[in-house]
Amino acid sequence: MRDIRLLTQTFFPGTLIGPFTQANPGLGGVCTFVGEVRPDSEVEALELSHYEPLTLPGMHALADRAFDRFTLMGLLMVHRVGVLHPGEPIVCVSAAARHRRDAIDAVDFCMDHLKSAAWFWKREKRADGWHWIEPRADDTRDLARW
Amino acid sequence: MVLLGKLADLAGAPTLTLPAPSSAPLDWDGVIAALPPALAAAAGDPRNRVALNGALLADKLALHAADGDEIALLPPVSGG
Repeated sequence: MRDIRLLTQTFFPGTLIGPFTQANPGLGGVCTFVGEVRPDSEVEALELSHYEPLTLPGMHALADRAFDRFTLMGLLMVHRVGVLHPGEPIVCVSAAARHRRDAIDAVDFCMDHLKSAAWFWKREKRADGWHWIEPRADDTRDLARW
Repeated sequence: MVLLGKLADLAGAPTLTLPAPSSAPLDWDGVIAALPPALAAAAGDPRNRVALNGALLADKLALHAADGDEIALLPPVSGG
């Protein structure tokens, strides 16, 4: 079961995980990661922009790589675009597998690639206006793990 | 032309229309020459990638755009 989506409105990860688990009968484990906008006294909002012809196809290509690399039964990968506020979910990745290691590693692999190599541009709104977020050295290190 | 991330801010808009050259296809140097100076300087960052009609180019110097094509200029993606 494979469910890859870009969403423009707020979503509730809990409502995705139940049906995803049900859709993978016979699984041995499910691992789920949810990323949210970190509450920060200076950040009022976060905006994610994307490029339609590349962003969702890039997420599908990442899912293909995860299925090739790990023994998975199912993969859910949902990412927000648009304006988000602290506490709102940005991303939810869930993997179902016969064995826990495949599920856990697939989520870790997808998250490292979504954060560092997927086609999203982010800017933060602070009291003095919008600021673009630049690539970080940590992201390169995260990708090098794979 | 579609501008992503901070390049859209520098352009003052998320898209620009460039005149198609009458003779040869538009190449990368032609794109840079057609951009406003502040945007042209930022567009020259070697980390930027270019897509033509939604397909990423391995080498932006290989760009050959015809009338009506969509060129996207993609700065490095933001980190976590």
